[in-house]
Amino acid sequence: MPMIEVRDLSKAYGERKAVDGVSFTVDEGEIFGILGPNGAGKTTTVECVAGLRTPDAGRVRVGGLDPVADHDRVTRLLGVQLQQSELQAKLTVREAMELYASFHERPADRRALAARLGLDAHLDVRFARLSGGQKQRLFIALALIGDPRAVVLDELTTGLDPRARRDTWDLVESLRADGVTVLLVTHVMEEAQRLCDRIAVIDRGRVTALDTPAGIIGRAATARVVSFAADSPLEAAELAALPGAADVTTREGRTVVTGTDATVDAFVSLLARRAVTVRGLRVTDATLDDAYLDLTT
Amino acid sequence: MASTTAPASATRAVLRAEARLFAREPAALFWVMASPTVLLVILGLVPSLREASDDLGGRRVIDVYVPVAVLFALIMAGLQAMPPVLAGYRERGILRRMSATPVRPAALLTAQLVLHAAAALVSSLLVVGVGRVAFGVALPGNLPGYLGALLLAVAVGLALGAAVCALSRTQRIATAVGTAVFFPTMFTAGVWVPVQVMPDTLRRIVEFSPYGAASRALDEAARGGWPGPLALGVMGVWAVALTAVAIRRFRWE
Repeated sequence: MPMIEVRDLSKAYGERKAVDGVSFTVDEGEIFGILGPNGAGKTTTVECVAGLRTPDAGRVRVGGLDPVADHDRVTRLLGVQLQQSELQAKLTVREAMELYASFHERPADRRALAARLGLDAHLDVRFARLSGGQKQRLFIALALIGDPRAVVLDELTTGLDPRARRDTWDLVESLRADGVTVLLVTHVMEEAQRLCDRIAVIDRGRVTALDTPAGIIGRAATARVVSFAADSPLEAAELAALPGAADVTTREGRTVVTGTDATVDAFVSLLARRAVTVRGLRVTDATLDDAYLDLTT
Repeated sequence: MASTTAPASATRAVLRAEARLFAREPAALFWVMASPTVLLVILGLVPSLREASDDLGGRRVIDVYVPVAVLFALIMAGLQAMPPVLAGYRERGILRRMSATPVRPAALLTAQLVLHAAAALVSSLLVVGVGRVAFGVALPGNLPGYLGALLLAVAVGLALGAAVCALSRTQRIATAVGTAVFFPTMFTAGVWVPVQVMPDTLRRIVEFSPYGAASRALDEAARGGWPGPLALGVMGVWAVALTAVAIRRFRWE
């Protein structure tokens, strides 16, 4: 049984369809990413998973339970870190962790959790005095304090400096080692590529791609990039005519052809046929960034 | 189904945390807990207000100002202190964050209502106590009647604050509406002119307002009788109506 199941989920706010037929499943122990531009419906989707919004249509299950009808039981399985929520201004880190721990019958070890998130030096600081990154880490701690089987992390590393960001990624990877299922909303490609087993790209309320990070990159129209010094005898028009070629540009003294594996094969044949060579030839994979830009508008 | 409810200790933990936070708000504490007594003491220091007045049927102004200061405590708690807290909790996503836990955000609202009710009651007892000790104001002649009327008045006062919060989208609006409602309630509670010395027609109208009715009920019990059915009935209707508005119109986010 998948840990999280979303099938044909739709949710509109008035006239605007925020989520329009989204489906995916997340297996137990998997780290599943939801990637997409702002306003694509990512947050609405995970809010439906967390039972904070009632879907207009479709089916959502967490551990086999309906997050709206079985809200209490789902909150026991699922830890949540939300965007745009705060805590009481004068509540200290320690008090917040004690309070949220008291909601669960078997909470995680607070001291270990605080240490793991680098909060142990700030236990007596009030919420309003915390930096953005410290607040973010506190919310991650609160998501994990019930020792959940699954966790929703929405814009996990927003506001974190590069070091804290990497520490947080390590933490997410250690969650995987513990068998915790993670549903991760992000628009940081590096984060998705490094952490996620699979990714759903959501654009305008619909899933436009669902695959492993490598699969998504490979499927994109611009999966491969061929580049070489611009002083070659090859014409831009004949490069653009290569099968699968998406784009031909010249920048910084190099000709850059983007396309697919077929483009690369045809390019090599072209060199042989024309009996020419090029200087500084490089064939690279596109990044998830490129694929993402390809899959969203 | 014990397994599907939050640990009973969770509700207590919410109350304990909110009580701590309440104690960290010195301004709110002053206005709710101390200012009614301060008001009474200032009035009590004016010699003429400690002299028997024919307008008041031989009572002194300070005598009728004890229930006025009690109602002032209720207004401060229900209308000035509580609505901005509740609206702020909603506006800043604190209620939303809590709705993703096994504890419902209603626990947070309940804790706030309990704390403000407790603060208003303690403040009221302080007023009555200081009135007795410092200015010789007789304790309420009918103590059970007085306490009953006081509890009902606290319920009305908090329901009014909760309704203000439910009808206000943001914390700023809640504060503004609270302040706009504040002055009429101060007037009807008799802060400027005690209800008992208002002209008859005005007094009858005022006694149909939440605080006007509370003023009459407390006065009746202070003089040794039982609060009359009219005053209690008016308060009861207000309490039910305002609670219904608060529950029906409250938005969690």
